[in-house]
Amino acid sequence: MAGIEVTALHKRYPDGTVAVDHVDLSIGDGELFVMLGPSGCGKTTTLRAIAGLERQTTGDIRIGDTLVNDLPPAERDIAMVFQFYALYPHLRTRDNLAFPLRAEGLPKAEVRERVDEAARLMRLGPLLDRRPRRLSGGEQQRVALARALVRRPRAFLMDEPLTNLDAELRADMRTEIKHLQGELGTTMVYVTHDQVEAMSLGHRIAILNKGRVEQIGTPLEVYDRPASLFCAAFIGSPPMNLIEVEVADGKLRSKGGLVLTPPPGLPRDRCLVAGVRPEALEVTEPGAERSVPARVVSAEWLGDEIIYVVDHGGQRDVRVRMPPTVRFAADAPVGLRHTGGTPAVYDVSTEELVA
Amino acid sequence: MAVSVDEAVPTGPVRDHTPPARRFGGRGRSVLEIALLTVLAVVMLFPVLWMIETSIKENRDVYAIPAKFFDFTVTLDHFKDVFIASGGRSALSVSFLNSVVVAGVSTVLATVLGVPAAWAYSRFAVKAKKDQLFFILSTRFMPPVVVVIPIFLMYRQVGLIDTKLGLILIYTAFNVPFTIWMMKGFVDEVPAEYEDAAMLDGYTRLQAFWRFTLPLLVPGIAATAVFALIFSWNEFVFAIFLTSSDDVRTAPPAIAGLIGGTTVDWGLVAAASVVFALPVLAFAYLVRKHLIAGVTLGAVRR
Ligand SMILES: Nc1ncnc2c1ncn2[C@@H]1O[C@H](COP(=O)(O)OP(=O)(O)O)[C@@H](O)[C@H]1O
Ligand SMILES: [Mg+2]
Repeated sequence: MAGIEVTALHKRYPDGTVAVDHVDLSIGDGELFVMLGPSGCGKTTTLRAIAGLERQTTGDIRIGDTLVNDLPPAERDIAMVFQFYALYPHLRTRDNLAFPLRAEGLPKAEVRERVDEAARLMRLGPLLDRRPRRLSGGEQQRVALARALVRRPRAFLMDEPLTNLDAELRADMRTEIKHLQGELGTTMVYVTHDQVEAMSLGHRIAILNKGRVEQIGTPLEVYDRPASLFCAAFIGSPPMNLIEVEVADGKLRSKGGLVLTPPPGLPRDRCLVAGVRPEALEVTEPGAERSVPARVVSAEWLGDEIIYVVDHGGQRDVRVRMPPTVRFAADAPVGLRHTGGTPAVYDVSTEELVA
Repeated sequence: MAVSVDEAVPTGPVRDHTPPARRFGGRGRSVLEIALLTVLAVVMLFPVLWMIETSIKENRDVYAIPAKFFDFTVTLDHFKDVFIASGGRSALSVSFLNSVVVAGVSTVLATVLGVPAAWAYSRFAVKAKKDQLFFILSTRFMPPVVVVIPIFLMYRQVGLIDTKLGLILIYTAFNVPFTIWMMKGFVDEVPAEYEDAAMLDGYTRLQAFWRFTLPLLVPGIAATAVFALIFSWNEFVFAIFLTSSDDVRTAPPAIAGLIGGTTVDWGLVAAASVVFALPVLAFAYLVRKHLIAGVTLGAVRR
């Protein structure tokens, strides 16, 4: 087992596409590290560079204490699970699992033992004699995972391994992967574009955008204080409300009259935006205490909650998360109240967190 | 809007009348279809049938006027003549052997050279890949007859005139571009992740290709090889220009050479043609499963 250090990674494909602009990552030994970002932001390329399947243009990659820049994939002692599972179609599950071990030249008895162990961990017993085409998507995914862990590699790399599964199965597998990683204690780099997956799995999350790291932090840090407008818009469903504010009399005031407590150290005379989570707002009866006037634009009933979209001072997309018991009709005049703590504040021109 | 309403009005009644009309037309059409298909089949198959018939007719029935369709004496003498001449093997049998060697070796060579090339073009970032592929294909734009004179002159300089090696080389050169293009499509269909996974498992890139991708390409290779084989086997222009002696010539010019004397032994020509046609048919039949898999591979979702 080993940590992974990625320093100033830059990858330009021969056709001129810069897939990874500048990425620094420091992944701890035994950590479950998630790379999160929209499609095309360079997650796969970064992962493939770590695996050695793609040679970076510049930058260094260390696995453990070894600089692996010039090592072929086989010598990096890493296992990867692909979005498309890449199980060998002509081999039964058993042989698919045994394959990497036979490649290493392990004795037969040990191969059998390790295959059985992996099969037990992933509960593959009844599937051992089937070929991939006779396995369901979820089963193929479990075999692919077993195939990765049978080698006891120094680290796992996972490239959107659950994307092809349906929602329910995905949630189950997520739990399973998290449990397994905790059990084995092996370093894991997990790539996904699904923020829910990232939040629920990761010890830490790196948010990537256009080949750069926007933020690295624990799920809580990333949720509470997104480092940039991009992160703010990416994390959370619905995402943070970005409300234009001005600093006046030591308070943050929105156009619609909402008053927020400013964080310390705010710069003056700049265009600012406050990031307010939908659950930090409240829709009230019009004229309720500390509320400002607003109007319901629409409402989404999600069963366990209602997301109200309200018009507040001309901004027509302010989202508020409310319990399902509170009902307001569309177009009804209501009050809007801030109930959260100090909001994150962003500079519009740099798109970054200022305080 | 108004236009579409106007259009919709006349279509209504027409559509109402169509079912009976179509039923009537359907019966009429299927009769017509069958009739046309029968005519087509007869026209297409008649030369083949006539060839087979001629090959088993006695000479006197071959030349009979009016021609005898059914009532003739069956003999296998012509087939015997194809293989055996007075005092040993016939020149025709030698030419068949030459055809087997030339077509076989050139197909194997084209496959051995073309498949790895197709893999490389599919998997790697090659500079000006599209231009290269277009250039490779462009070598097939010209029909053989256009290039045969310069090639004749070149071959004469290097001593490849009238050699089997010469034919093998030119057929290989003609089949490699085709193989690369057809195989590239098949390689594109095999996910590169198989090789990636194999490389992470400890194999080199070439081993990964050899052990994982290649087995998945077998249907494609079979389909491609059959096409290459058919080209080499049937090729006539190069063969007749570049070879002359009996022990080098392949079957197509040898069979053509039977025609043109003062008398033509049509029975022998027909028998030789039947023998010539059989191997390709047999080969295509043997690999038919792969051929179909190969041709439909692109339609299979993964
Ligand atoms: N082999 C390649 N050649 C050229 N460009 C590529 C290649 N692979 C990926 N790219 C480009 O690099 C960018 C990042 O791709 P990728 O790392 O796959 O992103 P992600 O996995 O985050 O969706 C994309 O714009 C993609 O089109
Ligand atoms: Mg990707």
